[in-house]
Amino acid sequence: MAARSLPLPARRVSVAPALTIGFSVTYLSLIVLLPIAALVWHANTWSAGTNPEAISALRLTLFLSVVVALVQAVAGTAVAWTLVRDRFFGQRVVDALIDLPFALPTIVAGLVLLVLYGPRSPVGVHAAFTRWGLFLALLFVTLPFVVRTVQPVLLELDTELEDAAASLGASPLTTFRRIVLPNILPAILSGVAMAFARAIGEFGAVVLIAGNLPLKTEVASVYIVGQIGGGDPGGAAAVSVVLLCISFGVLLGVGALRRWATRHDL
Amino acid sequence: MRYALRFATLGYLFVLLVAPVGLVFYRAFEHGFGTFWDAITSPDAIHALKLTLIITAIAVPANTVFGIVCALAIVRYRFPGAGVMNALVDLPLALSPVVVGLSLLLLYGRGGWLQGHNILFALPSMVLATMFVSLPFVVREVVPVLREIGTEQEQAASTLGASALQTFRRVTWPSIRWAVAYGVVLTTARSLGEFGAVTVVSGSISGRTETLALLVGDRYEQFDATGAYAAAVLLALLAIGTLLVMYRLRPKEETR
Amino acid sequence: MRKISLIGLLLLMLAVPALAGGATKDVSLALVAYSTPKTAFSKLIPAFQKTPAGQGVTFTQSYGPSTTQANAIVAGLPTDIAYLSLTPDIDTLVQHDLVSPSWDKNKWHGIVTKSIVVFVVRSGNPKHIRTWSDLLKPGVQVVTPNPFTSGGARWNTMAAYGGALRAGKSPKQAIAYLTALYRQHVVAQPSSAALALTTFLSGKGDVLLSYENEAILAQQQGHAINWVAPKATILIQNPIAVTSTSQHQATAKAFVNWLYTPQAQTLFASTGYRPVLKSVAKQFHFTTPKLLFTIGYVGGWDKVEKTFFDPQSGVMAKIEQGLGG
Repeated sequence: MAARSLPLPARRVSVAPALTIGFSVTYLSLIVLLPIAALVWHANTWSAGTNPEAISALRLTLFLSVVVALVQAVAGTAVAWTLVRDRFFGQRVVDALIDLPFALPTIVAGLVLLVLYGPRSPVGVHAAFTRWGLFLALLFVTLPFVVRTVQPVLLELDTELEDAAASLGASPLTTFRRIVLPNILPAILSGVAMAFARAIGEFGAVVLIAGNLPLKTEVASVYIVGQIGGGDPGGAAAVSVVLLCISFGVLLGVGALRRWATRHDL
Repeated sequence: MRYALRFATLGYLFVLLVAPVGLVFYRAFEHGFGTFWDAITSPDAIHALKLTLIITAIAVPANTVFGIVCALAIVRYRFPGAGVMNALVDLPLALSPVVVGLSLLLLYGRGGWLQGHNILFALPSMVLATMFVSLPFVVREVVPVLREIGTEQEQAASTLGASALQTFRRVTWPSIRWAVAYGVVLTTARSLGEFGAVTVVSGSISGRTETLALLVGDRYEQFDATGAYAAAVLLALLAIGTLLVMYRLRPKEETR
Repeated sequence: MRKISLIGLLLLMLAVPALAGGATKDVSLALVAYSTPKTAFSKLIPAFQKTPAGQGVTFTQSYGPSTTQANAIVAGLPTDIAYLSLTPDIDTLVQHDLVSPSWDKNKWHGIVTKSIVVFVVRSGNPKHIRTWSDLLKPGVQVVTPNPFTSGGARWNTMAAYGGALRAGKSPKQAIAYLTALYRQHVVAQPSSAALALTTFLSGKGDVLLSYENEAILAQQQGHAINWVAPKATILIQNPIAVTSTSQHQATAKAFVNWLYTPQAQTLFASTGYRPVLKSVAKQFHFTTPKLLFTIGYVGGWDKVEKTFFDPQSGVMAKIEQGLGG
C-alpha cells in the first residue's frame, strides 16, 4: 500500500450524508409516504362518519383491543416472570415458542384457532363467530409483545432489593408492587402500546373466526375489506385513517410517556 | 406460589399457542401423508410457494439495504425532518395490513395518481405491499446498536484516511451485523406470511398472484379444508424454522 | 454473509422448478368469476381445450364474491371473461366502459346458467325447516353471506322478500320479515357464498341460504347435508360477458359461445347448475318449485338495487345498521 499523507480536514467533502439521507428519503417516500398520502386524499370522511356500521366496527375494535392489551399486560408480565425468575425443564423451548405469533402468518393463526375453538372443536369450546372468538384471535397475535419488552428489564433487575424486602417481612405481592413493578412499568407500557396497535389492525387472524355481523362481530379491518369489495374505497379509507391516527397516536403517546417517566425516574 | 404461577402461565401458553398449532398439524395429516403431499405439490401450491419466495427474495434485501442506510442517516446525521423520517419508519407497525393494501389500491388503481400498467393484481403491487409492511425491522434493530457504539471509532478511522465505504466495511459493519441478521430474520418472517395487504391487491388469480398465505385462505373458502391445513402446515414449518433462527440470533441481553 | 447465502438458497430453490420446463402458451384468457363455479370450470376448461376452438388456449382463474370481483375489474383486474352471479354486477362493468352495452343482446340475454335459492340443512333436517316462516322459529340460526359483497346474498334476500309476498304479505310486512330474519336469526355473514358454505359445513348454524348448485355440489362431495327448495323461491340467473378490453376478443367469444353447447351445458348440470339449454335440462331432473318467481316479480334488478341495496339508503343497509346494540 502506498504511503498516504494526512488529508487536510477542512477540504474533505463527504457525499456520505447526502447519499444516505437522500436514499432513505426517496425509498420512504415511494414505499410509505406516497401510498399513505393517496389514502388520506381519497378518504371520504363524511360517508364513513355518518355510517353506524363504520362507527360500530371502530367501537368494537377499540373495545376489544383495549381489553386484550390490558390482559396481556398482566399475562405477559406473568409469562416474563416465569421465564426469567423460574427454572424448569423445557424452559428454553417455551421461551422460543413465545415468538411463534410473530413468525406464524396471520391467516394460519386464524385457521389454527378456528380448528380448535370453532364449531367442530374437539374440546367443546365454541368461540368462533362470537366476540370471544375475536378476543382469542387478538390474544394470540399480541402474546409476544409485553413478554418481550418486560423480559430484558427483569433480567437486568438486581434481586437484592427484593430479597431485602422479603427478609424484612414483606409479602411477595407487596414486594412486587412496591419494588419490581415501578421498574418494569415503562416496559409494560411499551408492550401494551404495541399490543394495542397490533390488535386494532389485525385482519388475517380474525377474518375466518369472525362472524362479520354488522354491529355485533364486525371489526374495523374486516369492515374496511368489505367496503373495498362493496365498491366504497373512500369510506374504507376514512375508517383506515381513523385507525391509523389512533394507533400511531398511542404509540407516540406511550413513547413520550416513557421518556418522561425515565427522566423523572419513576 | 411459584408453582401456581408456573402452572398458570404454562397452561395459558398451552391453550393459546401449542394446542391450536398442534391440532392443525394433526388435521393436515389426518388423511395420510399421501394426501398431504398431494396438497402441497399440486401446481397451485408449487406456484404459490415460488411466488412467496420470489416476493421475499425481493423485499428482504431491499429492506435490509434500506434499513442499514436509514439507520445510519437517523443516528449519524442531523437534518430537518429527521423526526418525520423516524415516524415514517415506525408507521408500518401501526398500520393494519389491509390499510396498506387499500392505500396501494388507491394509488395505483383506476383514478389513482399513479394508475397504470400491470402494478395492481400482479407481482409489483404484491412486492410493494410486502416491502411496506416489513420495512421497519432492520432499521429498528440497527439504530440502538449504532447509538450505543458511538462515533469514536468511525471518526478515528476517517482521520486515519479511510473512505466512508472502508469505514463502514471495517468499523461499522462488524458491530451491527448481528443486529442486521436479526432484523433480516424478522423481515423474512413477516414477508413470508403477509396476508392482509396482499389479499387486497392481488386479485387472487390462482396460479398467478396467489402466495402461500393467500392459498390457505382460498382453499379454505373453496371447501378444501385438508388442502388449507396442508398449506398452513407448510407455512407453519417455515415459521418454525424462522423461529429457531430468531432464537439463536436474539440480541444477547434478552437471553441467558 | 448470512444474507447472501439465504438469497442463494432461495434462488436455487427457484431454479429447480424453472428448469423443469414451462409450457409455451398461445393465448391466455383471464376468467374472473364469482365464488362458487370453481369445480364447474375444473371440468369445463379441459373440455374446451380439447375442442378445435380451444387448442392452445390456457386460462387464469380468479374466484371471489361477485360484487367484489366486479369492483376489482373496475379497479383494473385483467379480465377477458366475466362470469358473475347477477346482472347488476355486469352492469357495473358496462357503466365503466369495460363491457359493451350490447352484451346481453343474444337469445340468452347473456345468461349462461340458472339455479334457485334453497335452504341447506343438516342431514335429516333435524329442525324441520321447509318454509320461509320456519326460518323465524325460535332458536333457528341462519347463515347467509354479506349482501354488499356477495351476489348470492342478494339472491337470498330477494328470494326471502318475494317468498313473503307470495305468502300474501304486503311489501311492508315482507320488509318486516327481512328485518326479523337478519336481526334475530342470522349468526354469520361471510363475504362470499363459497365462504358461507364453508362456514356452514364447519358446523355453524342450522340452515344456510344458498344456490341450489352449491347444495348439490356439497352433497356430491360427501358432506352430510340435505337441502330443501321452498315452494316460493327465486330463479337465479347468472350472466356472462366478454370484456371490451380483452386482447383476445375472438377466442374469448368462442369460449363463451362454447359454454352454450350441449356438451358444456351438460358439464354445468353435472355440477348442479340448471342449464339454459332445454334439451339438456330435460335429461336432468330439476323440479320446478310451485311458486317460482323471477327478479321481475319483485321489481327487476334496477329497482331492487336502488331500493334494497343502496349502501346508504337501501332497505338492507338500514336493517344491517340497526343490528345489535
